[in-house]
Amino acid sequence: MRQKLLIVLCGLAAALLARNLFVMLLRLPDEVAQGPIFRIIFFHVPAAWTAFLGFFAAALASVLYLLKKNLRYDAFAVAVTEVGLAFAAANLVTGMIWARIIWGIWWTWDPRLTSMLVCWLLYAGYLMLRHAIEEPTQRARLAAVMSIFAFVDVPIVFFSIKWWRTQHPQPVVWGGGSMDPSYWNMLFLNWVPLLLLGIVLAMVRMRQEQQQREIDALRRHAHAL
Amino acid sequence: MDTRNFTYMFYGFLAAWVVLAAYVVALVRREQKLKRQLENLKRMIEDRERMKQ
Repeated sequence: MRQKLLIVLCGLAAALLARNLFVMLLRLPDEVAQGPIFRIIFFHVPAAWTAFLGFFAAALASVLYLLKKNLRYDAFAVAVTEVGLAFAAANLVTGMIWARIIWGIWWTWDPRLTSMLVCWLLYAGYLMLRHAIEEPTQRARLAAVMSIFAFVDVPIVFFSIKWWRTQHPQPVVWGGGSMDPSYWNMLFLNWVPLLLLGIVLAMVRMRQEQQQREIDALRRHAHAL
Repeated sequence: MDTRNFTYMFYGFLAAWVVLAAYVVALVRREQKLKRQLENLKRMIEDRERMKQ
């Protein structure tokens, strides 16, 4: 049943993505000031939204773990964090490629870029911390605290373009910047397949955490024999 | 508009999918490793239990 759901979600994501690629490459006109490179926004921004949603879900699951001590919340937190980190990496890389053309540089220590990089490093640190601790409940407790701490950076990334003067464009979704409705629609439409893909990956990763727990239990049983 | 603008758009699309594909490959490899570990452990426990009897 779960396998079938994964296949259906994957198929739906692939079909939507194919449709969106067709529209964004062949139907949507080039942006006047930026040209074709502007289309990177259709992956750059939804990748960031997916990553932030994953980090938010991880923080929520971490709070629930600390309250209820149920390892399923810990499994969920690590699954969505790892997927979020992959999407955050996609966001950073696409942003750098866009910057190379528009700003003429790959990177600048701008508040938005820097806070996003710090966010990525914090969550990479979260995964490294998990690798360093053997005992499952201690690992889950410390990782939960780390996840909540790392989430503090997410609103800083989000509001950095409001709080400080930055080179990064002003937000198109709330205040400041503006966008043609056809671009606006594509931005949200392309978030759907990325979100579906994120859900599929998180489900697979969570199943792996359950397998790992099964392995740990079998190891203890084998040791006792 | 120079051709680099168009080329870099494709680099951007490609980079996003390369990053996600790399993660998918890592997930698949981990899945295979976990399955192997699980099978080995189950076999080992069966052998030990048989030896005990």
